[in-house]
Amino acid sequence: MVDQETEKKTNGEETEEAHAYTPGLKVKKATMVEKMRRLPLLGEVFVKEGDTIEHTDIVARTEISGDPEIVKISMILGMEPEDTPRYMTVEVGDMVEKGQQLAFYKALFGLIKKEVKSPVTGTLESFSEVTGQAIVRGAPIPVEVDAYIPGKVIEVMPKEGAIIETNAAFIQGIFGIGGEVHGEIHVVTPQNDQVLEADMIKPEHKDKILVGGCLVTLDAMKKAVEIGVSAIVSGGIRHDDLTTFTGEEIGVAITGQEEVGITVIITEGFGTMNMSQRTFDLLKEFEGYSASVNGTTQIRAGVLRPEIIIPHNLVEEDEGEALSQGMVPGTPIRIIRQPYFGAIGKVHSLPVELQQLESESMVRVVNIELDEGNVVTVPRANVEIIEE
Amino acid sequence: MADLSKPTEEMQFIIATDVGSTTTKARFFHKKDGEWRFLVAGEAPTTVEAPYEDVTLGVQNAVREVEELTGHKLLAPEGGMIIPYDGEKGVDLYCTTSSAGGGLQMMVAGLIKSMTAESANRAALGAGAIVMDVIARDDGRQTYQKIQRIRSLRPDMILMAGGTDGGASQHVMEIAELIKAAEPKPRLGAAYELPIVYAGNKTLRPQIEELMNTGFALEMVDNIRPTLEQENTEPARRAVHELFMEHVMSHAPGYTKLMKWTDIDIMPTPAGEGMAIQLIANTFNQNVLGVGLGGATTNVYSIVEGRFVRSVSANLGMSYSVTNVMKEAGIDNIMRWIPFNLDKEEIASRLMNKMIRPTTIPQTLEDLIVEHSVAREALRLGLQHHRTIATRLKGVQVERTISDMFDQAVEDSYVKMMNIDICAGTGGLLSHAPRRIQSMLILTDAWLTEGITRMMQDSVFMMPHLGVLSTVYRDAAWNIFDKDCLVRLGTSIAASGQEKFGEKVMDLKIEMPDGKVLEESMKLGDLKLIPLGPEEEAKVFVEPAAHYDIGAGPGKELEATVQGGVAGLLLDARGRPLYFPEDDQKRKELLIKWFKATNLYDEKELEALI
Repeated sequence: MVDQETEKKTNGEETEEAHAYTPGLKVKKATMVEKMRRLPLLGEVFVKEGDTIEHTDIVARTEISGDPEIVKISMILGMEPEDTPRYMTVEVGDMVEKGQQLAFYKALFGLIKKEVKSPVTGTLESFSEVTGQAIVRGAPIPVEVDAYIPGKVIEVMPKEGAIIETNAAFIQGIFGIGGEVHGEIHVVTPQNDQVLEADMIKPEHKDKILVGGCLVTLDAMKKAVEIGVSAIVSGGIRHDDLTTFTGEEIGVAITGQEEVGITVIITEGFGTMNMSQRTFDLLKEFEGYSASVNGTTQIRAGVLRPEIIIPHNLVEEDEGEALSQGMVPGTPIRIIRQPYFGAIGKVHSLPVELQQLESESMVRVVNIELDEGNVVTVPRANVEIIEE
Repeated sequence: MADLSKPTEEMQFIIATDVGSTTTKARFFHKKDGEWRFLVAGEAPTTVEAPYEDVTLGVQNAVREVEELTGHKLLAPEGGMIIPYDGEKGVDLYCTTSSAGGGLQMMVAGLIKSMTAESANRAALGAGAIVMDVIARDDGRQTYQKIQRIRSLRPDMILMAGGTDGGASQHVMEIAELIKAAEPKPRLGAAYELPIVYAGNKTLRPQIEELMNTGFALEMVDNIRPTLEQENTEPARRAVHELFMEHVMSHAPGYTKLMKWTDIDIMPTPAGEGMAIQLIANTFNQNVLGVGLGGATTNVYSIVEGRFVRSVSANLGMSYSVTNVMKEAGIDNIMRWIPFNLDKEEIASRLMNKMIRPTTIPQTLEDLIVEHSVAREALRLGLQHHRTIATRLKGVQVERTISDMFDQAVEDSYVKMMNIDICAGTGGLLSHAPRRIQSMLILTDAWLTEGITRMMQDSVFMMPHLGVLSTVYRDAAWNIFDKDCLVRLGTSIAASGQEKFGEKVMDLKIEMPDGKVLEESMKLGDLKLIPLGPEEEAKVFVEPAAHYDIGAGPGKELEATVQGGVAGLLLDARGRPLYFPEDDQKRKELLIKWFKATNLYDEKELEALI
């Protein structure tokens, strides 16, 4: 029994165009990527507009004052605070080294000697004649922002940072954990449908960005951390493995701050999922290239997806497709939900009338000719357009 | 007052949309023979994600679907709708609600981590928010690290506490300056002002106001810690909750553009839904519990003895928040509603995949049953949260643990299922459930209705649309609401109590409209659906067993007239709390028995899954 009213007029015709607005994840061979690099506090910017810089270059820097160390000088010397200043051997404002003498006291023709040494390298900030205590401020702690991507400085924000632009391959993942890292791309699995296992990870993969196929195992992630791999890019991941690895269950997808020793980017989804051939081939093409990777993900309005940026000098592609393009017969698409999750094909037709699914829901559908040749029907909401 | 294209009595076509976090729903209304009716629906995924990042695209697509289905041209080439209707194309009014901004993820700040910051954290959690970080003077981080954190997390709101009244001031101002210095960039575009709730030392209010008067939407409430020994989270919690609904959830990229298209102000979805639920209470003059189960949020409304309370659980929902439901409820609670073998990991993966691709819908029956299971848990948790808000007003509270606070609030709530006369549901999952009995049973299972409860639902999800429409054109809204929106599902008769499985719960005599008398003897674990049409009534005489209550008290009989609906009369002897066998196989068998007894899903497809 289907008792839901479907008071919709249908004319039986097929539409010429329809839209699929599932995540417009970018997989681009060549595009211009811009990154804003900004200090949390005002400081000094070291680059200027037009500069060409490396990803490790420091764009801007500031300093925050070091930690204070309280030294009980009068107590150590065994005298009243007001008597202490004349035994100080450094003045307020002087720089001091760790172990350097701060005060010295000699009595009974040198038979009694007492001295106070600085516990840290820094500056003698103050001495109080009331408490007899001195404060030695540790050396300033630098806060730096690196370039993250190599490229050209296209704008400087005075005292704050700069915007850097580079020509690069740009791949967005669907979900990630961990923050910004760098490394050389290395494809570990020969095909996009193979599992990235622990025994595939070798000591020579230290500092590299490893690319797997359809799944990365928990053991592989642990081994990667042990060896010092920078990042892993995989088609899928098991939910349980992710929870065990990060130590907490994901409620809403707001990530990037995990301190798990590695960045992990998933390109397709949860479970065993072949990495899309296009993504896999692109990563393979750029094997050996240095890449900048960030796992930060925020899935909510104003979404952030994880990214892999591989700078290179190839010619820039013509941009500007996607926005106006909808699905038309022939559009290459991928199905993103059961029962055909991951299947790839082309739009066969777009019936305008609502159709009943196995679940008995009445929805607008798309008929898809799969790569294997058969035609299947799925809700329009369950496909994504493959950008070519 | 809204600037309308023509007087309402001259209007002929109206289009209304709701921009949900996941789906944008367009509803087309027409006045024919002097009567306003719903004509057709169009839906499209909400376009908040790159490369679109503009909700008006989703609106256009949903409206374009209406155009395709009706042949009536609505969209203006330059954007927006063709207004007014010129005898051939266009509409006379366009209005919209929005909840595209999704859930609430906020930061809290206080002086001392274990004191003010902890109290603020509790207030934010109590408002249904996800707390992304707690900033305190003693949290072990440098100032620059805190600023970096605020910037990278892009919170929707900040709750700032600190200092007792008349106490610490310098350090509180330092925290405020830190937030100001971070220049938090909201995720929802330039038109959005970041809401800040200040619930700290009240003597500092002038200085806080001076510091935060630009760039922020500042709200000041009573101190969360008026003295060291006292905690008063309630004002902050309510402020967070209200600001979320008014500021955060309706905003999304493209909001400013959408504002220019509409004839009347964009209303937050829960405000529209709330108006519709209130309409039910006013019409039937009964206690109503309603819900809008959305993609990012679950909005619960109660009208009990005339008092209206609304709660928006900011992170319980069926798409963006679906994994948060799994986290909050626990996967075992979701699995208890599934009558076939499905691996835990498989379910978790499917829900994670729904969360990362929120606009997809279930195609298979198996997938639909999984979503219905999650929906029960989201609704259950949503009601729990609602009860913490629908409480009798409390004074200043002494510090308690979160669980103490929660238990206490539930106990204090006046929303008791035995006193609820009508339950009503809206939202994509409930309105689009392929069989109406599915939404009736989902609501019953989640909320555990007690006694005699009339069940209703939104036909194709248009309660928010009619809510916003009613602000300018009440007659049209009411006409459509009564005729096309409010579906009478039927009535649930459920006994409260739980004794031994298989033993008697209640005996019923039902005098049907044709005069026939049905006699039913229900044992614990039984569930039965009796057909009784939407325009029909039946007289019931219920005799509960000694420890069961049907509304007149334990063991006391009750006579009532009950209304039918598209689903019918649901006789529920499954116990309150609901009886579930501990043995997994027996649990599955009992679930299947319930599913079959109510003709919940296609029996053949269901058999294939077992």
